[in-house]
Amino acid sequence: MVIAAGEEMLVLADRLLGFAAAEGASQAEVLVDADESALTRFANSEIHQNVATLDRRLSLRFVDGRRVGCAATNRLDEASLRRLAASAARTARLQPELEEAVELPEPGPIAPVAGAYSPGTASTSPEMRAAAAREVIAAADAAGVLAYGSLATHLERVGIVNSKGVRAFEERTWAQLITVCMGPDGEAGYAEADAVDATTIDAAAVGREAASKARHSRGAVAVEPGDYPVVLEEYAVADVLDTLGYIGFSALAVQEGRSFHEAGRVVGSELVTIVDDARDPAGMPASFDYEGVAKERVTLIERGVCRDVVYDAQTAARAGRRSTGHGLPAPNPWGPFPLNQLMAAGETPRDDLVAGLDRGLLVTRFHYTNTVHPKLAIITGMTRDGLFLVEDGRVVGPVRNLRFTQSYLAALAGVEAVSRERRLLRGYLGPVVVPALRLSAFTFTGATEH
Amino acid sequence: MRDLSQRALDTAVQRGATYADVRVVRRAEESISVKSGRIEAVAFGESEGFGVRVLVDGAWGFAASSGLTMTEADRVAGDAVRIARASATTLRRPVVLDDRPPAHGSYRTPYEVDPFAVPVEEKVADLMAAEAAMTRTPGIAFAEANYSAQREWKSFAASDGSEIDQEITHVVANIEANAVSGDELQRRSYADSGQAAGYEWVRGLDLAGNAERIAPEAVALLSAPQCPPGRRTIILDPSQLYLQVHESCGHPTELDRVFGTEASYAGTSFLTTDKLESGFRYGSDLVTIVADATAPGGMGTFGWDDEGVAAQRVPLVQDGVFSGYLSSRETAPRIGRRSGGTMRADGWDRIPLIRMTNVNLLPREGLSLDDIVADTDDGLYLASNRSWSIDDRRLNFQFATEVAYEVKGGKLGRLFKNPTYTGITYEFWRSCDAVADARSYVMIGTPNCGKGEPGQIGHVGHGTSGARFRDVQVGVGRW
Repeated sequence: MVIAAGEEMLVLADRLLGFAAAEGASQAEVLVDADESALTRFANSEIHQNVATLDRRLSLRFVDGRRVGCAATNRLDEASLRRLAASAARTARLQPELEEAVELPEPGPIAPVAGAYSPGTASTSPEMRAAAAREVIAAADAAGVLAYGSLATHLERVGIVNSKGVRAFEERTWAQLITVCMGPDGEAGYAEADAVDATTIDAAAVGREAASKARHSRGAVAVEPGDYPVVLEEYAVADVLDTLGYIGFSALAVQEGRSFHEAGRVVGSELVTIVDDARDPAGMPASFDYEGVAKERVTLIERGVCRDVVYDAQTAARAGRRSTGHGLPAPNPWGPFPLNQLMAAGETPRDDLVAGLDRGLLVTRFHYTNTVHPKLAIITGMTRDGLFLVEDGRVVGPVRNLRFTQSYLAALAGVEAVSRERRLLRGYLGPVVVPALRLSAFTFTGATEH
Repeated sequence: MRDLSQRALDTAVQRGATYADVRVVRRAEESISVKSGRIEAVAFGESEGFGVRVLVDGAWGFAASSGLTMTEADRVAGDAVRIARASATTLRRPVVLDDRPPAHGSYRTPYEVDPFAVPVEEKVADLMAAEAAMTRTPGIAFAEANYSAQREWKSFAASDGSEIDQEITHVVANIEANAVSGDELQRRSYADSGQAAGYEWVRGLDLAGNAERIAPEAVALLSAPQCPPGRRTIILDPSQLYLQVHESCGHPTELDRVFGTEASYAGTSFLTTDKLESGFRYGSDLVTIVADATAPGGMGTFGWDDEGVAAQRVPLVQDGVFSGYLSSRETAPRIGRRSGGTMRADGWDRIPLIRMTNVNLLPREGLSLDDIVADTDDGLYLASNRSWSIDDRRLNFQFATEVAYEVKGGKLGRLFKNPTYTGITYEFWRSCDAVADARSYVMIGTPNCGKGEPGQIGHVGHGTSGARFRDVQVGVGRW
C-alpha cells in the first residue's frame, strides 16, 4: 500500500459524501486523514525502538436537521464506506434534536500556503534516521555522556469536503529530534530541533548542545525553594504558551467562563505579544483547519493586553462571528485550540538575558506541568535537564531540580526581557515559535534529590 | 487473519529475523458526550491493521499498516527487517529474550450486558438524566456527562509457534459539575473511571444519583475557605489514592524506565536495581502493592500480554519493602527474572511497551475507611483528583484534589477548596499508618495513561481502599 495522492483521497471523500446523501443527510462533512510516520528512538547511546506506520482514516459528520452523528473508519472498501454512512445516520436519528441549528462551514477562499510540505521529510528512510541518531551519539560519546532521544518524521495528507461545497486538500510534513544526554551521576542536558524539512536538522549540533549541558550539570547542589528571578530557555517558554493555549485561548473556554482571557485585560508586560498564525513561515504552516476553514491570524495577547481567542464553526456561531479556522476533527467536545502559536521576539540578544540577572536561576525546561487553578493559570511542574544558579550575571554552577507552583499570567506580567532570537519547537498542542525570557520572579515551592 | 500473520512471519524469518511476532488488531469504539443540556458528540469509530515486530542481529524493528493483504504483509515484514538492520548499526547490547514456552489459547473479557448492543437512546438518556440533575442545581455554570466503550480483537502469532486470540471490552463513564464565580472555578466529578466490563457497570454507577450529590458540593466550594497550609494528617479517598499509586509506584516500577529507555520523554526512576537487591524500604509495613493482570474488572486485565506472556500477579512492594518490577521478556532477564507479562501496545500501529496492569494497594484487615476517619483527631479527608505532577525520577510529587473535608474529633466536617499536598515518594509511603480494609476497596480504571514515543495511551487499573498518612505538607504556592 502506498499513501494516496490528493485526488484519490478526495474521490474517496466524495464517494462517502454521496453515501451520506443517499442516507438522507441534510448536510455532511468528510475528513480524510492519511499518515505516514516513522520514529527512531535511542537510549543508552543505541537505537532501541524503531518504528514506521501507515494509515488512512475517513471520518463522517452526518447532519440530519438538528441532529448530528459521527463515525470513522480506516476500512476503505465500498461496503465499509456504505456501512459508515448508515452508522452515522442511525446515530444521528437516535438522538433528540438540538435547540440550535447545526450549520457546517460555508466554502470560502483558502489561499495556498508555502512551506507546509517537504519532500525531504516525506522520503526519509530508516537508514537516514539511524545516521542522525549516530551523529547525536557521537557527540555524546565525545563528551563522555550517554544519549537518549528520538527522531520522528511525519507526513500528513489531509482532505476535507462538505455538502456545502467546502473542498480542501493539503500535504504537511514535520520532523522532530529530541535529545537528553546523561552523565554517570545522572546529570542531564536537553536539546531539540524541529523543522518542516527533516534534512535541515543538524543532528550533531543537537547532540553537542545536550551533551554540553549535561557536562555542565555535573555536581549539582541543592538550593532552597523560594522566589527567584529566572531566565527561561525556549523549551520552558514553549510550555507556557502551550498551557495558556490549552486553558485560556479557546473560545469555548471563554464561553464557559473557565478562561482567564477577557478582551482588554492586562495580563502581561508590554514585552509580551502572542499570536496564533498558521501562515507564518517561521512556524509549521497550514492553510485550513479540520473543518475546511481558512486559517486566520489571531492576536491573543498584544503588548500584555488580552485581545482575542480562537474560534471554530460552533463557537463562532454562538458568538455571532465567523470561525477563525481553528476547528478540530469532529466530534469535538473540547472546542477550538490555537495550534500554531508564536511569541514576538524582543530586542535583547539571547546571551544577554543571563547577564541581566543579579542572582537567579537559568531554567532549561519544565517537566510534567499541570494546572492547579485554571482561571488564575496557576501551574505546577518540575525543572529538568539543566537548572543553573546565576550570580552577578553569569552562570556559577548547576543546582538540583525544583518544583514550581506559579501563575503563568503572573510570570508574563514579570517579563523583563525577550530574546531577539526565536526557536521553532513542537509543544503538545502543535508547533510554537518562542524566544527565551527573563522574568522578575518565579515561585519554586519544592525540591527533589537530583 | 492467520494466513496474513503466517505470511508476515515467514517473510520476516526469510529476510533474516531471528524472532518475529505479528499482532492483527481490530478496534471498535463508541463515545457519547453531553454538555450543558445538549449532545456534544455521539461517535463510532473502527480501526484495523497489523504490526510486525522483528529481531535482526540483536536489534528491534517494527512496521505496521492498515492494509490487510498478503502483498502488504510482505512489504511490512520486509520494512520491519530493514528498520531492524538500521537499528543494529548502533547496537551496544544485543537484545536477549527470556525463554517463555510458545503460548496458545484465547481470552474474552467477561460482561453481562454488551455495551455495543445497548441502544444509543438508552445511553444518551442515562447521560442526559445525570447532566440535568447537575445543571438544575442553582449555581452550576456548566456540567457534562461522558461515556465511552472500546472493544479490541487481538490476534497474536510469533515465530516460536505462539497463537493467541483475545477480545477485550472496556467501558468508561464520568460526570462533572462546574461552578464559576469571578476568578474561582470549582469542579466536582464522579466515577471518572473505567472497567473491563459491560454496560451493567455503567448502570451500577448511578450517575444521576451521584450527580445530585456532587453538584451542590461544586457550588459550596465557591464560598468555602481556602485549604489551610501546614504539616497535616491526610486521609486519601480511593478517588485520589488510585492516582497516588499510579504515579508514585506504578510508573517507577516500570523496568524499561529503570533501564533508561523512557529517559528522553517521561524520565527514569529512583527505584534502581540496587534497591531491589538491598530490600529498599519503600513504605511502612502496611504497604503491600501488587501488579495483578488477573484482577476482575481491571482495565489492566487480560489473558496474555502483547508478547504472549500469560497474565500474572507480581508483587511490587511487600509489607513496605520494594520487591519487584513491571517487566518484559527483554528486561526481566537483565535482573535474573522472567517476564512479569506487562507488555501492551496501543492498537495495531504501536509497539508493545511495559505498561501497568492493575497496580493495587492491598487492603489491610482491621480498620474500615470510616474507622480510620473516626480514629483521626485532626486532619483532612481528600477526594477526587484535580491535578497531578511528579518529577522525572518519580520522587517529588504534587497533587491537587477537588475537595478537602476537615476531620475533627473523628468526624468529617466543613469543606475546604483548592487543597494540594506534596512530598517525596518514599517518605510519603513510609508515613502511611493506616490502610482501610476490603469494605471500601474499589477498582478504578485509568483509560488515559500516556507513555512512549510515538505516544501511546494505555488502559490500566488500580484497586485501593483508602489510607491515612501523617505529617504531610499540605498547601503550596499563594493564591
